[in-house]
Amino acid sequence: MQLSVWTYEGPPHVGAMRVATAMKGLHYVLHAPQGDTYADLLFTMIERRNHRPPVTYTTFEARDLGKDTAQLFQDAAMDAIERFNPEAIIVGASCTAELIQDDPGGLTEAMDLPCPAIPLELPSYQRKENWGAAETFYQIVRHLADSSVTPGPREDRKARANILGPTALGFRHRDDLIEVRKILEQLDVEVNLVAPLNARPSDIARIGNADFNIVLYPEIADEAARWLERTFKQPRVRSIPFGVSATRAFISEVAELVGADPTPALGDTNSRLPWWSRSVDSTYLTGKRVFIFGDATHAVAAARIARDELGFEVCGLGCYNREFARDVREAAKDHGVEPLITDDHLEVEEAIAKAAPEMVLGTQMERHIAKRLGLPCAVISSPVHVQDFPARHSPQMGFEGANVIFDTWVHPLVMGLEEHLLTMFREDFEFSDEAGASHHAAHSPKMAATPQTVPEEELPPEPEVSELDSPLWTSEAEKELKKIPFFVRGKAKRNTEAFAAEFGRGEINLDTLYDAKAHYAR
Amino acid sequence: MNVATTLTGCDAPKTDTATRTVLRERGQREVFCGLTGIIWLHRKMQDAFFLVVGSRTCAHLLQSAAGVMIFAEPRFATAIMEERDLAGMVDAQDELDRVVQRLLDRRPDIKTLFLVGSCPSEVIKLDLAKAAERLGVQHMPKVRILNYSGSGIETTFTQGEDACLAALVPEMPAQDANAPKQLLMVGALPDIVEDQFLRLFSQLGIENVGILPARNARDLPAVGSNTRYILAQPFLSDTAMALEDRGATRIDALFPFGVEGTSDWLRAIGREFGVDTTQVEAVIAPGRERAKRAIEHSRAALEGKRISFLPDSQLEVPLARFLHTELGMEPIEVGTPYLHRSHCAGDLALLPEITRISEGQHVDNQLDRVRQDKPDLTVCGLGLANPLEAEGLTTKWAIELVFSPIHGFDQAGDLAELFARPMRRRDRLEV
Repeated sequence: MQLSVWTYEGPPHVGAMRVATAMKGLHYVLHAPQGDTYADLLFTMIERRNHRPPVTYTTFEARDLGKDTAQLFQDAAMDAIERFNPEAIIVGASCTAELIQDDPGGLTEAMDLPCPAIPLELPSYQRKENWGAAETFYQIVRHLADSSVTPGPREDRKARANILGPTALGFRHRDDLIEVRKILEQLDVEVNLVAPLNARPSDIARIGNADFNIVLYPEIADEAARWLERTFKQPRVRSIPFGVSATRAFISEVAELVGADPTPALGDTNSRLPWWSRSVDSTYLTGKRVFIFGDATHAVAAARIARDELGFEVCGLGCYNREFARDVREAAKDHGVEPLITDDHLEVEEAIAKAAPEMVLGTQMERHIAKRLGLPCAVISSPVHVQDFPARHSPQMGFEGANVIFDTWVHPLVMGLEEHLLTMFREDFEFSDEAGASHHAAHSPKMAATPQTVPEEELPPEPEVSELDSPLWTSEAEKELKKIPFFVRGKAKRNTEAFAAEFGRGEINLDTLYDAKAHYAR
Repeated sequence: MNVATTLTGCDAPKTDTATRTVLRERGQREVFCGLTGIIWLHRKMQDAFFLVVGSRTCAHLLQSAAGVMIFAEPRFATAIMEERDLAGMVDAQDELDRVVQRLLDRRPDIKTLFLVGSCPSEVIKLDLAKAAERLGVQHMPKVRILNYSGSGIETTFTQGEDACLAALVPEMPAQDANAPKQLLMVGALPDIVEDQFLRLFSQLGIENVGILPARNARDLPAVGSNTRYILAQPFLSDTAMALEDRGATRIDALFPFGVEGTSDWLRAIGREFGVDTTQVEAVIAPGRERAKRAIEHSRAALEGKRISFLPDSQLEVPLARFLHTELGMEPIEVGTPYLHRSHCAGDLALLPEITRISEGQHVDNQLDRVRQDKPDLTVCGLGLANPLEAEGLTTKWAIELVFSPIHGFDQAGDLAELFARPMRRRDRLEV
């Protein structure tokens, strides 16, 4: 048993729901008790979907258990097919139904249904959401792909690609897809199929018609793409276009694969990140210490962008999905940090507090942790919150995605010039040290006043750094510490105390403070 | 039948509840399971911790239904069962002991620990009663350990609270046989509402008042044959039975929603405790007047409008009664997961005969009826609200009715506003 107060991933059947909900003409018959329908609201509320997820829950009760829950399943499957007339169904069990071992796959096989029924085995007590999505997508592709469909010779036709991975409830999948389509258009590549998002089972049948596959989200589509590589000999593009360099690599890789000229795509004049990053105001971004946590793919990409394209320093890197931990371990080595592979958010919080970063890039949970620690934060990965589904176009992929990333990551920080101005005017009597940066109230340090009515999730955070509770500080050093701008004061305090502990300084006086500053100077 | 103008609580003309036809349905339910009650119960009982023994799905449900991020360490958690617990590689009871020990070590502030059963724990017949007893021996008197089931195979949404409170009843101290008559208010209410009611009881001259659940789960009121209990919530059938087993007697009344519901509820208490009628009227008059004024703001938006309730919390019948008799709404269908005919008799009797009462759910059939009825307002769960809005129906999320203070005179205006706001918003938007 594992004690959990919050989880990064839902159970695997929620992953299956993300695939089913993304698709059209597919229905999921889920053997599940009352209450499992809670998962519908993830899609209708967080993602604001205007349709119910295409899921029929058998809704068995305690009194059914001694009787015929199998019949209940078969009735529900039949009703669903009559009512929704799907091109195919996927069938499976949620955690409770798994225990009663009705075997939905076997039951549907015995029913002689008018459409294909794809059985899913999603072990709820071993696996989680992303794995469930990947397995579901793989099973759908395996069952529905028509092996007689092949692209045939190229000759004069355009090259054709499948874009694999976008699902419902994905972090910016909708917008990433638009950017990737743009790139392919510039390279004169035709899109054979996008899946699971908006694909019908009948579309999946002609998946073999593409010359190659593009996997946007390995967490979801890697398994299927590897099978397609083996079965249909469709090569897979390795680069994922997060950030400017990876977008360039992606363009070059696709261009080489299809024999196209990459120059027009590479010369996209809307790519602004490089100049924005080189402009002098960005100097202050240099070496900002960022802590990164998310799903492996987004976290690794974020670390690369942070270091190579924004000039940050990665001071922590981790992921919650063990299946892809190897990628994170490799990247962490490259960045010279210890990889953090865990699905325990308390452990993540501890690691963030210890690393004392200047910014956090994470999931909605890290945003919450950062708020509590008084740190700026940007969201880079699912699990996501309703505010991570913006109304505007807001991709992460392609050059436009890099533009969006630049803005999203830089705005929470105190702006370069403003940083100097704050320091200059700190002594002015009009100046309130606690006011923080003018452009981002949400990340300004805590005020004494508590907001009057706060929704539960906005409850005032705990004080980030307690007042100088350590008896070690001399009053002179304390005063000096208060002269340090608030946005680095917490770090200065922690560093000084760590320094004092390490070098056995009994008390922290002015010398200790400045010795520590020299020690940690970079 | 419109009784809005002549209504005087229980004396109003009634539809015969015993013969009223109820559409009973069986099929897919679009409701939460009883675990969801933990979200408000843990806030109500401030010394209690709720440990769900379940699966990743249970943990995911709690965090999704709460819709909030963890802002501190909350007083609930899930002990997620894993493959090795099920395969018998470890003894699930030993594992539970280990988890509980760890939890209590970390949270010495916990005084009552509820082990909450879930669908998977019920299916594998993990005996939480036995576990609670065994762990109780170890941890009493510091921590009292109780258990109940919030599983979806046994409980629907608010029935989780019923199961939790029913588990507290055997722990209530026994009242002396010759103890003075005591009023027991039953059902978790927001503290502010509870305090309003306590002030009214005091003005009625009733000082001997117990509350279940108490704010501190360790301060349980006594119960016995001199206890007269009144339900503040319509979903507490098991708790009521457990209280009656201990000798308590129920005070029958409308549920305390709106001007008339709250008046009837307080008058019934006054009658039971022999409070002079003029005193009762004097005590409730200011609240009644305020409530009347407050609900007037919503009348224009609601009067004459047609409303359908999809089953959710069992609050549907009393709320439909409020909207019908006090604001002139026309209930088309009132769906409820479970209809307690005697507890809801008063409210049910005041619903028009043409109102379709349905119990249980077959969500697809019910949605077909909603589409056919085309009500002006549909009260439904979060999974259905946006899809129905997209079809052009105006909706109200049912869960807000459970999470917001809506009982009593001083919340009557807020309650009406919860229904009026989506209607006004629909009229206001030009996009």
